[in-house]
Amino acid sequence: MEKQLLTLLEEALARTKAAQNMEQLKEIRVAYLGKKGPITESLRQMGTLPPEERPRMGQLANDVRRQIAEAFEQKEKELSAKLLEEQLRRESIDVTLPGRPVRVGVTHPLQAVIEEIEAIFLGMGFTIAEGPEVEADYYNFEALNIPKNHPARDMQDSFYITEEILLRTHTSPVQVRTLEARQGEVPVKIICPGKVFRRDTDDATHSHQFMQIEGLYVDEGIRMSDLKGILLQFAREMFGPDQQIRLRPSFFPFTEPSAEVDISCILCHGEGCRVCKQTGWIEILGSGMVHPKVLERAGYDAERYTGFAFGMGVERIAMLKYGIDDIRHFYTNDSRFLRQFETI
Amino acid sequence: MRVSFQWLSQYVDLEGVTPQDLAEALTRSGVEVDEVIDLGEEIENVVIGLVRECKPHPAADKLTLCQVDLGDGEPVQIVCGAKNVQAGQKVPVAKIGAKLPGGIKIKKAKLRGEVSHGMICSASELGIDDRLLSEDQKEGILVLPEDAPLGEDAIAYLGLNDSILELDLTPNRSDCLSMIGVAYEVAAILDRELHLPTIDLQESDQEASAEVEVNVEAKEACPYYVARKVKGVRIGPSPIWLQNRLRAVGIRPINNVVDVTNYVMMEYGQPLHAFDAQQVKGGRIIVRLARQGEKVVTLDDQERSLDESMLTISDPEKVIAVAGVMGAANSEVTSSTRDIILEAAYFDPSRTRRTAVTLDLRSEASLRFEKGVDPERVEEACSRAAQLIAQLAGGTVLKGAAVNKSSAFTRRNILLSINKLNSVLGTQLEANEVEQLFRRLRFQWENVGQKWQVTVPTRRPDLAIEEDLIEEVARLYGYDRIPTTLPQGITTPGSFTPKQRLKRRIKTFLQGAGLDQVVTYSLVDEEESRWGSWFKEQVEPIRLAMPMSKERSFLRTTLIPSLLEVAHYNKNRQQEDIHIFEMGRIYLSQEKELHQLPEEKEVVAGLISGMWQKHDWQQVNEPADFYVVKGLVEGLLHYLGIGPVQFKKIIREHYHPGRTAEVLINGQRLGFIGQLHPLVQKDWELKEVYLFELDLDGLYDHLPAQLTYEPLPKYPGVEQDLAIVVDQEVEAEAVLETIKEAGQPLLKQIALFDVYTGEGIAPGKKSLAFSLLFRHEERTLTDDEVREVRQHILDRLAQKWGAVLR
Repeated sequence: MEKQLLTLLEEALARTKAAQNMEQLKEIRVAYLGKKGPITESLRQMGTLPPEERPRMGQLANDVRRQIAEAFEQKEKELSAKLLEEQLRRESIDVTLPGRPVRVGVTHPLQAVIEEIEAIFLGMGFTIAEGPEVEADYYNFEALNIPKNHPARDMQDSFYITEEILLRTHTSPVQVRTLEARQGEVPVKIICPGKVFRRDTDDATHSHQFMQIEGLYVDEGIRMSDLKGILLQFAREMFGPDQQIRLRPSFFPFTEPSAEVDISCILCHGEGCRVCKQTGWIEILGSGMVHPKVLERAGYDAERYTGFAFGMGVERIAMLKYGIDDIRHFYTNDSRFLRQFETI
Repeated sequence: MRVSFQWLSQYVDLEGVTPQDLAEALTRSGVEVDEVIDLGEEIENVVIGLVRECKPHPAADKLTLCQVDLGDGEPVQIVCGAKNVQAGQKVPVAKIGAKLPGGIKIKKAKLRGEVSHGMICSASELGIDDRLLSEDQKEGILVLPEDAPLGEDAIAYLGLNDSILELDLTPNRSDCLSMIGVAYEVAAILDRELHLPTIDLQESDQEASAEVEVNVEAKEACPYYVARKVKGVRIGPSPIWLQNRLRAVGIRPINNVVDVTNYVMMEYGQPLHAFDAQQVKGGRIIVRLARQGEKVVTLDDQERSLDESMLTISDPEKVIAVAGVMGAANSEVTSSTRDIILEAAYFDPSRTRRTAVTLDLRSEASLRFEKGVDPERVEEACSRAAQLIAQLAGGTVLKGAAVNKSSAFTRRNILLSINKLNSVLGTQLEANEVEQLFRRLRFQWENVGQKWQVTVPTRRPDLAIEEDLIEEVARLYGYDRIPTTLPQGITTPGSFTPKQRLKRRIKTFLQGAGLDQVVTYSLVDEEESRWGSWFKEQVEPIRLAMPMSKERSFLRTTLIPSLLEVAHYNKNRQQEDIHIFEMGRIYLSQEKELHQLPEEKEVVAGLISGMWQKHDWQQVNEPADFYVVKGLVEGLLHYLGIGPVQFKKIIREHYHPGRTAEVLINGQRLGFIGQLHPLVQKDWELKEVYLFELDLDGLYDHLPAQLTYEPLPKYPGVEQDLAIVVDQEVEAEAVLETIKEAGQPLLKQIALFDVYTGEGIAPGKKSLAFSLLFRHEERTLTDDEVREVRQHILDRLAQKWGAVLR
């Protein structure tokens, strides 16, 4: 019996070592260690041995069994490592194939500029006011001190619907509407982005519809120097910390004094280039101290309160900022155009 | 306004100032200079020559051999191609080595075998604009007056050694529509002396009033009228200096009398008109309003029909001028004119403007009257013109003028305090600094209490209130010198309104879903405006009074056609897969004639066409369909926390009748989703188009209240699938609602995951499969409990929809 067990051990170890895969290994296991296997059988036959041999034989049988089991485990580890290795090799892919696309839609460049400007002024404590795009003649002109015979009030220049109603030609009427709504309260600190309309033939630099952003700050003791300060801060946040601004006297019926505001050329930084016509400056804003008549008409005591207002063209800023050469791109919405603004 | 640097230097000392310096100084103080043009910039070495002799070129019919004296020795031979060249003429000659505009260099040349030592120049070869030349000057070489100095620089002689400042005037600065006006401005800016012309008028003993009678009937339209008479003039060309001046400022010389009136207009800003006195019946001038339909042929040979609002200058029989706009042909100064009546006036600005606009006849004169001329210079300008005419065209100026003045034209006084000035500007100017600026502006002032009382000259009608003076001081002081400060008032929080926040959230969601934002025009064509609105019944199209094109003549009532236009534009450029949205306003009114402002409704609309997902190496093409837009809208509403909403099928023009639904919340319409009608789609040459439009106010009204956290479940749930068979017509939403209701309170989630027809399902039937999640909040559910609720659901479905378990 002893010999039988040792032979069995030798045989089992040899077969285990030779096993090629898990299936074979499993077979071998069943064959040697299974309930019907030779070792179980040997143990069952233990009763037939003389009692003094039983402990030794029992010991031997268990030894053999343990050795086989250990060999088995060892082999099983080897085989599964090999299997895993094969699996991983099989699963290897071409990591250069394109990934599954995830695309976020674009913000229209005009909206992007508006949002940027809004963020700057919100940070300075302004709120955003809105007003009608179809406006009463009174708010668009009269209340802004633009007299009846002013050329802008010509049917040729503005889109009138009736004699009293037109598409607003600027966002300035929102100033008046806001002041009226506030009923003399101060401070009034608003910006008003919006669509405006003028009777221009569409071409590379003109559009019958475009966007403006208006700003208004009315309080006690507002000075023209404050206008400079706020606009300088705006220019620096919008166009860079080294920006300079320059005010030039100008004329708007609803401000006095009035100023055109230039910023240092964002392309050449004041060196002089094609965009700034070699001057180093580009005009981006109209501004001024709110005309006392505008304040009075809206119910504010112009002796006590002063304010400043400014307005800028969104298209112009977007065109300067992104080097766009044709204003019509904003309104035809060619997706090859729009998708260039995915990253802004 | 074109300003000649040379001419200007006659009134104000420009020593040491370049035209560029001047332009910069003007621009920085409020008179914008668009451009500085150096007239003779590229020209060198052109002199005045005398053609001594002309003979035909032996080898060329059209060429002439000229012997030209250049005043420096022997005449030289020049070959000339102009027809008008003749011996005895003084002409501009570009010598060898000369430079002409356009980079032309003159070299010694041989033309058909004959040597040419230079070129006789035409006006356009010297860079003179065609429009400033008379007909005979446009052809051939430029013939100079006989007294032109031989051998001298022709560029200086022709006034081309000058620079022109092109002013871009704001509407308030009409005072700068004259050389003297600009001179005042420049003298103030540069703080220099001003030299105004002195009038030296030799009048005869004969009284003008004996020969000219002025009767102003329309005093409001013409508060001031002055007429002088000059007798015995000889009409002819003006001297070269005058012609040069006029050309420099962009006016074509005509004859000495007309040129003088134009010259004085440019000098003083006061338009003048010269009538042929013989054509003015009885020397009687009547300033009256026109009769309705009255006809007059103006100087441009056009017959004009006048109306009762227009002011005329008439004699007892006929209209001789449309006041302030243009003279009539019947009294024009011609070569045979001997006596003239010279008019200077102040015409009512707005009436002049209306007349010029109505007649579509804007002239240099009307431009100035429209802005209001300086009443203090009306008579002076008239005298100046009379003096110059007498000098240049001969003749005698009769004594005095016929003057009709019904307005006092007082100078305006404005009070200004230094405190106000400094508090508006944020400056700390001293009184004497401000007074220095007044002095430079040539404003008079006196101290009244703590204030200045400033007397504003009549040449500055734009200055009316204290703030106007503050601007005058500020611009002359220099805007750059105003400090930069920040407002000192209370700080205020800057924040979005809830509605502005909603708009930003909508945008974030739609972009996250891959839709590009577009911005389109609010104006559409009539057909598109007649699509009507989802949000208001019976809206009337709103038409512009004077549209610029058919395509942009009405206000839109929905964003959908605008989005179709974008899709169409892109499809024509090989971009067929379109996913876009727009947030904008639609304009709604039920009035046939607009009396009130229309309702401006903010809406968000989207368009999906072509592929929603394009195939790649992993995925197949996924074309856009109804459920893509529905998913977008459902996702958006979920993101905003708005619900529950219903989708109800609706039939509407322009949309697919079987694939369009309105989006409802509590019976109120929030918007629609659907497919564009195949016929409309065909019109737009598009692939299938899926659309939505939602009302922002509607969304806003249904935003959820403050969000509160719900505790997480403590006990596990039981997931089960349920597949049933119902009639084809039964809508999924109805079945879902029944299940939700019957599953209360244990049913926590439900999702439809399969819809099936075909093999195994009877015709006319469909199978719907749902996954259900049951859960009890306080304990683990038993199998029996789940079985019970499931059975209850099935019973209700059978009862309500005839559903059977599949």
